[in-house]
Amino acid sequence: MEEDMATKGKPIISTGSPKGSKKRKTISTGKRYIINTVLTVLVIVIGQMMIDNGSISRYQGSVLEQVGIYIIMAVSLNIATGYLGQLPLGHAGFMSVGGYSCAIFIMRMMGPMHVTMYDFMTGTPATTLLFVCGLIFGGVCAAICGLIIGIPALRLKGDYLAIITLGFAEIIRVVMLNIDSVVGFQLTGGAKGLTGIPSYTNFTNTFVVVAISLFLIHTMMKSRHGRAILAIRDNEIAAEATGVNTTYYKTLAFVVSAFFAGVGGGLYAGCIGVMAPAKFGFMKSIEILVMVVLGGMGSMLGSVISATFLTILPEALRAFADYRMVVYAIVLILVMIFRPQGLLGDYDFSMGNFLEKIINGEFPWKKKQAEEVEADE
Amino acid sequence: MTFLTQLLNGLQLGSIYALVALGYTMVYGIILLLNFAHGDIIMVGAYISWIVMAKLGMSPALAVVLSVAGCTLLGVLIDKVAYAPLRNAPRLSILITAIGVSYFLENGAQLVFGADAKVVPAFISTSTIKVGGVSLSLNAIITIIVTAVCTVVLQLLVQKTKLGKAMRAVSEDMGAARLMGINVNTTISFTFALGSALAGIGAVLYSMAYSQATPTMGIMLGTKAFVAAVLGGIGSIPGAVIGGLLVGFAEVFVSALGLSVWKDAVVFLLLIIVLVVKPTGILGRTMNEKV
Amino acid sequence: MSNNISRRDLFKVSGATAVGISLSSLLAACGGSSSDSAISGKTLKVGLMGPYSGDVAQYGLAVRNGAKLYFKQFNKKGGTSTGKKISLIVQDEKGDATEAVNVYQKMAESNVVAVLGDVTSTPSIAVAQEAVKDNMPLVSASATAADFIKYGKNAFRACYTDPYQGKLMADFAAKKGYKTLCTIYNSGGDYEKGVNDAFVKEAKKKGLKIATQESYSAGDVDFKAQLANIIAKKPDAVLSPNYYQDDGKIVTQARQLGYTGVFLGADGWANIVGGDEDYASGKDLEGCFYDTSFVSANTDKSVQQFIKDYKAEYNADPTNFCALGYDAAMILCDAINKVEKAGKAKTYKDYKQAVIDAIAKGTVKGVTGTIKYEGTGDPVKSTLIIGFKDGKEYIETTM
Repeated sequence: MEEDMATKGKPIISTGSPKGSKKRKTISTGKRYIINTVLTVLVIVIGQMMIDNGSISRYQGSVLEQVGIYIIMAVSLNIATGYLGQLPLGHAGFMSVGGYSCAIFIMRMMGPMHVTMYDFMTGTPATTLLFVCGLIFGGVCAAICGLIIGIPALRLKGDYLAIITLGFAEIIRVVMLNIDSVVGFQLTGGAKGLTGIPSYTNFTNTFVVVAISLFLIHTMMKSRHGRAILAIRDNEIAAEATGVNTTYYKTLAFVVSAFFAGVGGGLYAGCIGVMAPAKFGFMKSIEILVMVVLGGMGSMLGSVISATFLTILPEALRAFADYRMVVYAIVLILVMIFRPQGLLGDYDFSMGNFLEKIINGEFPWKKKQAEEVEADE
Repeated sequence: MTFLTQLLNGLQLGSIYALVALGYTMVYGIILLLNFAHGDIIMVGAYISWIVMAKLGMSPALAVVLSVAGCTLLGVLIDKVAYAPLRNAPRLSILITAIGVSYFLENGAQLVFGADAKVVPAFISTSTIKVGGVSLSLNAIITIIVTAVCTVVLQLLVQKTKLGKAMRAVSEDMGAARLMGINVNTTISFTFALGSALAGIGAVLYSMAYSQATPTMGIMLGTKAFVAAVLGGIGSIPGAVIGGLLVGFAEVFVSALGLSVWKDAVVFLLLIIVLVVKPTGILGRTMNEKV
Repeated sequence: MSNNISRRDLFKVSGATAVGISLSSLLAACGGSSSDSAISGKTLKVGLMGPYSGDVAQYGLAVRNGAKLYFKQFNKKGGTSTGKKISLIVQDEKGDATEAVNVYQKMAESNVVAVLGDVTSTPSIAVAQEAVKDNMPLVSASATAADFIKYGKNAFRACYTDPYQGKLMADFAAKKGYKTLCTIYNSGGDYEKGVNDAFVKEAKKKGLKIATQESYSAGDVDFKAQLANIIAKKPDAVLSPNYYQDDGKIVTQARQLGYTGVFLGADGWANIVGGDEDYASGKDLEGCFYDTSFVSANTDKSVQQFIKDYKAEYNADPTNFCALGYDAAMILCDAINKVEKAGKAKTYKDYKQAVIDAIAKGTVKGVTGTIKYEGTGDPVKSTLIIGFKDGKEYIETTM
């Protein structure tokens, strides 16, 4: 995943550099974690400061929150699409399960915990606890759905799996719409939707959740489990022959993907304040899939960038008013024709590797010089 | 009596789904592409009917001809512009392109025609005939007959003609077919033309039965027909018909039982059950995976 | 693959784009100034939002046309009594709650003095929940969902609610002497379900028999299975409280199946005939009734003037949604004018409160009837029952 560009193509710099005597400096894993944590905290603190002093307006802050939510959605779908190599078309279903269960959990627990709507604006320890529990609850509910759909889906391959996930998401939508008449009391609010959800998200807690989610997904993919999932993508039969338990790892990837989709849904419910089943149909799943494919399958950075880009794009295109959806469609077709592997392909960025290159003085232009020197010799 | 009426309703709805499903199945069979834009081609066909009859005041026969011709042209054009450059690209990229085309057609139609539904005038004047106390809708009977004829003709075309043989060869192995001297691009274009012509016929039958054209009408119709194609075994012509009829009957009988809110869930549940029991659909072939 | 762009090129382009976007958004952010200046200038900003693309765009566009017409007339007459003009900020939300919230915040940021919106239910509720935080005057032309006005005193609507219409039609059915009734409604829409439930409740209270309640899902086009069930019950009248496109199909298909009885509808029926398209033939609609607040057959002078103005502006016939948009704009302009006249509100915050108070106390003679608010955001106005005769609409009675 973290192949640095220098070692792809022609490995010149790191092994046997012209001077030969100097050893390449490296950054230890522990230090890399510290650097990344510090940078993440810095970004969030600066962002919050900019919101507080008004240089990021409420509208921009709200769009940023949505960017964070769609980053989680795209990266979580990327587990099943980019890393596992399947094509699920029902990601919005998991999002809706997570959103509804998180919102219902928080709304039902507010009474017993003596938390009011206004506490969420100021923030108390109780609201933080509710927020964390609600998101985890939403994630777990979605993960259970992922498990339910994952097991029958394992018998199927490729497009058939895609269709079954699509069907499952539609079933979830219909259930959310009609469950009230089955349970006999108001749970999801039916067609009217679930209204009056307290706004329990803000810039900081959204992006803390984004950072934690990305970290967890990243470390999972770097681990033994992640490599097993990648092996299944590259060749399922070969992976099975080398002793990878394909059933287990496929289910695992599905469940983890669904879990984070549920977390994203939980944030969405808090950000918008209304949940309506109609909004989590097939088109929403496609919207998220487009983010993943456009960014590059299997590239976390690609998902992050394209989720950001595609969330801001419709807002930026407001000037075009009636034409903006047509423009969006044309952009989509053109990108696919001229860049079918997605914007970033499978490239991923690593801050540690980047810093390593800087402290070793390996810059792209230097690489070019080195190539030229070699060619002269 | 109600049961007979419901049976006919199911048969009519199922026939329309079957006709649309045939288009999905043909395109999927040859280039393994879920052509998301297929439902939107039908939408364009319905608008052509509306323009010809309501705006230009021309005869229904001309509307039928122009709708089918327009859909055929559009299908081939979409293939040439959007799908052909991606023949060797990852399959997901073509899928996203298909979604892009679908978005484009829907939003384009809305820009041109507006979001309000357009009413397509009646193709035939008499609407019902009475047979022994049961009032039969003439639309339903025509729909069922046209679908049956189309299926038989299509089956003969694919199984008995030289072009059909070429289509089957390309779907079996594109590379090998090229080596055998088959013009793969022409064959694919022909398949798109055929599938889109069926969409055109579907558009006419749809407008006849429901008489309204909206920019988003293709989404639901497309999704249901797509389910039907998979249910019957995607790539199989009789399978598409069986799938279409199954979905049609399922919808009508669930609605007739007063459970119409669960209708979509039942259709998809049916799909999941069939796929879990028989992973390639009712009549689908099992493909051996190569290492 | 020669036409592929290399990753390096892509980085250059996307990097430049990203820098451009962030710079422009930064510049935009710096432009914000003190909010109180919003009320001291020559123009007052009003937000107008709705779905102008997507599958409910027809309602949004109709409301927009009606509202824009009134604002234009208002400005042409010189604006407020203090000579201030109204400038509109019009934004599309695609019928999506997320976008509606974004749009609302964008408007709130530009210091609008009021917002006219939203059009459909779920986005309207999302906007109402946000708007209450700013105490922003909010007038919706068509949000019929009961919850819309629940969150604060700042939200008003120009239309009547679902339960009101359901009850009204049940009263009408009882008056007409229908004994056995059936209903068919879209269970995926809260408007349809709201009217249906209120109708059934009231009809039962009045001792009428509800033989069956059939439902369908949003996006359905084939209603024959449900209609066959209904016809088997031999009802005197069938309630179809849906939007005109579905109602047209329902009526047509029912006639094909041999049903000859009456259909009752709610204001979603407005526009079923007489607009660009006739969604059911006059023959099929003969003897059907629905309730509405606006109809072109109304001979009232202001209504006829509105129809004439609308035709001159858009070269099309106004619908119920257009009329409601027009009235919603009228309610807003009337309130703003009163606040300007009083001249007491000096800060942006006070101004918004003053507009809310003015709407709550005011009485406006609109084209959908005389509208006033009695302590809630629900309007008190008369209702017309429209019937069909020889393919034409006429006013059966006023309730």
